[in-house]
Amino acid sequence: MNKAEQSVLKVAHLGIAFGGLKAVNDFNIEIGKSELYGLIGPNGAGKTTVFNLLTGVYEPTEGAIFLNGEKMNGKKTHQMVQAGIARTFQNIRLFKKMTALENVKVAMNMSMKYSLGSAIFRLPSYWKEESEVNIKAKELLEVVNLGDKADFIAENLPYGQQRRLEIARALATGMKLLLLDEPAAGMNPTETAELLDIINVIRTKFNISVLLIEHDMSLVMKICEKIQVIDYGVTIAFGTPAEIANNPKVIEAYLGKEDE
Amino acid sequence: MNKIQNKKWAYIINFIGICILFSLLMILFNSGILGTSTNYVKGILTTACYTIIMVASLNLLTGFMGEFSLGHAGFMSVGAYSSAIITNMLVDKGIPDIILFVIALIVGGFAAAITGTLVGIPALRLRGDYLAIVTIAFAEIIRVAFTNFAITGGGRTMSGITKLSKFSWCFWVMVICVTFMYMYVRSRFGRTVIAIREDYIASAASGINVTFYKVLTFTISAFFAGVAGAMYAHYMTAMIPTNFSFMYSAEFLTEVIIGGTGSLTGSIMGAIFLSALPELMRDFSNYRMLAYSVVLLLVMIFKPSGIFGTYEFSLTGALSRLFHKKEKGKGGAADE
Amino acid sequence: MSYVINIFRKIGVGMALFIQSLVNGLNQGAIYALIALGYTMVYGIIRMINFAHGDFIMVGSYTLFYTIPLMIRTGMPPWMAVFIAIGVCIIVGVSVEVIAYRPVRKAGSMTALITALAMSLFLENLAMVVFGANPKSVTAIFNLPALNFLGAKLQVKYLITLGIGLVIMIALQLFVKYTKLGKGMRAVPQDKQAATLMGIKVNNIITITFAIGSALAAVAALMYCSTYPRATTDMGSMMGLKAFIAAVLGGIGSIPGAMIGGLIVGLVEILVKVYVAPSWYEAITYSLLIIVLIVKPTGILGKNIGEKV
Repeated sequence: MNKAEQSVLKVAHLGIAFGGLKAVNDFNIEIGKSELYGLIGPNGAGKTTVFNLLTGVYEPTEGAIFLNGEKMNGKKTHQMVQAGIARTFQNIRLFKKMTALENVKVAMNMSMKYSLGSAIFRLPSYWKEESEVNIKAKELLEVVNLGDKADFIAENLPYGQQRRLEIARALATGMKLLLLDEPAAGMNPTETAELLDIINVIRTKFNISVLLIEHDMSLVMKICEKIQVIDYGVTIAFGTPAEIANNPKVIEAYLGKEDE
Repeated sequence: MNKIQNKKWAYIINFIGICILFSLLMILFNSGILGTSTNYVKGILTTACYTIIMVASLNLLTGFMGEFSLGHAGFMSVGAYSSAIITNMLVDKGIPDIILFVIALIVGGFAAAITGTLVGIPALRLRGDYLAIVTIAFAEIIRVAFTNFAITGGGRTMSGITKLSKFSWCFWVMVICVTFMYMYVRSRFGRTVIAIREDYIASAASGINVTFYKVLTFTISAFFAGVAGAMYAHYMTAMIPTNFSFMYSAEFLTEVIIGGTGSLTGSIMGAIFLSALPELMRDFSNYRMLAYSVVLLLVMIFKPSGIFGTYEFSLTGALSRLFHKKEKGKGGAADE
Repeated sequence: MSYVINIFRKIGVGMALFIQSLVNGLNQGAIYALIALGYTMVYGIIRMINFAHGDFIMVGSYTLFYTIPLMIRTGMPPWMAVFIAIGVCIIVGVSVEVIAYRPVRKAGSMTALITALAMSLFLENLAMVVFGANPKSVTAIFNLPALNFLGAKLQVKYLITLGIGLVIMIALQLFVKYTKLGKGMRAVPQDKQAATLMGIKVNNIITITFAIGSALAAVAALMYCSTYPRATTDMGSMMGLKAFIAAVLGGIGSIPGAMIGGLIVGLVEILVKVYVAPSWYEAITYSLLIIVLIVKPTGILGKNIGEKV
């Protein structure tokens, strides 16, 4: 019981069925403060579905989600984010026509308080908050090594930078738990290495927990403290990277699927 | 801090620019250069004023929020009828015209805003073409309602509305409305709305209450349509529900699209041009909408973002380009 | 005794009115259904509301206005004019698709919607220039007697309309289910690229869909003109809107759905007109749309299409 209060995220017996098909079944995970967990599994195993459940895109049909001890079932996506869970997307979802800086600022909207009247009449609170947010957003871009790209239109950035911009945007929500959905997908080794550094930096700097979906095994093995493996919506293994690497069930699940 | 000072200066310079424009128009009208057609030109410009508000407010939805309303004339009619009813009640009470005019605008605006909220809450659960269809349906329901209510003429023309919409008043109302919309767009609210247009799923994942901001924008857009409606009613002095038909809504949308979705400058230019055009083409009135639709088709096929795209005219930018040709005009300078 | 007879007479009159309204409603509904089929097929295949579809009926009606007298003069039955109307509508429909819609197909749904709207405005205003603003009265197509049924006067032509509507719907459903072309029409919306790889010519399929939709619009024009023998330039837009409501109500993309939706809209409209509030019936139809879209946006027979995250 005590652990539930300490842990940032506690998920108990989480499940969802789409018309009879159980996409995720009896999913349990508990992530403590500033821990980094990995969630792996073959294609179609239900990893992204877990993320969608954790961010309120889908409502679970079974089980419960606790964030800092508070039950989160039935909350909408924006409420989940306001409570402290932010995510990135497998297929990048940026505000394409906006600049990098604006992308980050959008995610800060929920911490901004100036009213409609202040905006329309340009009252002092407008100027104050806008300039504060400007500074903070630039800092976050620095964190993901995009400090010099603030005025670039998001869709014009190279792929790897777009992924990092997504991380900066997620950070801007001021979350406690960061969900990264295949952050290294499509990256070359240099970009992946840079990403690794960034993930480590943000963990220590912002003191947040991270749950990571990834296909790049070397990356997962290198940075995750604990790894959970799911297949067909069911957890088949859980443990340290070393334990997972030698788990026969995991090897079996991945056999013949290496070509993906 | 320097940047903020620059912005504030830009506001002042733009204000001076608008004052100069207004004075020039006033000199033009009072000097008698236009002779007998003075009132005629004033009339066209008054029409342009409320059309600008209509088109700009529709652009808030179409350009910035990325959603359609094909029933904007419906909100306009709510503003028109509610304000006309109020001024009819107050007209003999000895209230000065200017105050009566302001009351009409406020009543029209709020009546339309309330309608906008009521329509927006259910309708904005839909997106894209479905939303477009539902806005037509709502506008038609509003029209049918006004045809049935006795107080709005019961299907016949409601006439004898006090003429309050003087050009000089309408000009300033238009300036204030457009400024407000501009300020809305260039604030955290506008930023959020544009983000929703770009990707509503990512917006929600950034902690934005998508529904709230959509309904808010819809309400604000309806408010300004109501203000425009009030101006319309007190300029025309007579109206019938069929004036606010689907065709009228479609005309506004045409002006938004041709001017440029996401450009208030485009909305203003589009509205002025298309308010003047029917007057210039009086003898060819049948061809007017035909010409609109052909232009619209061409714009869609060759430049879907409209003539101005998302470009905003900047007086300060233009001035600095004029005086310091070497200095690069920095994009995004505040202006309308 | 006379009191009882009176009650029975009243019930009789009531029944007659009800049956008559029912048939009128079904007639109206069958017309909407025919138009709705056009919307549903096009939406089903390219996810676009073809605003101009309603105007195809206007085109069909004007064609009938000019061709029916021609038929009568040459001694042919007037309804044969519908074949010319079908031809004209197909030409217009396919031209609209190829000239205006095809270039914007990849540009996103907003552009497509505005293009369709522009096309609708264009057709209406072109008709205004060509035919003038005054309504044209179309010569009677069917000179059929009215049947007497339980005291109700039933127009045989209404029953014909309903029959034709049902036959076309069944034929269309069989066509889509069992022919090669029909299978192509179902494959294209699932996955355009995969369909192309399977050797389906996507553009041809889309063009054929427009042709079929336009032909149905011509038939609908015939039905409409036999009920209301008038052609006006703006007849298409509002009728189109109601037919679209029918398509949404039944479940967009579904052929039987369009039929069911059309009949419901027609019945509701006529019954409200007769029994509830004659001057509000249009508002009721539109409310129906709003309620459906909010309660069950996929309609009665539609399938859910959500966006994948």
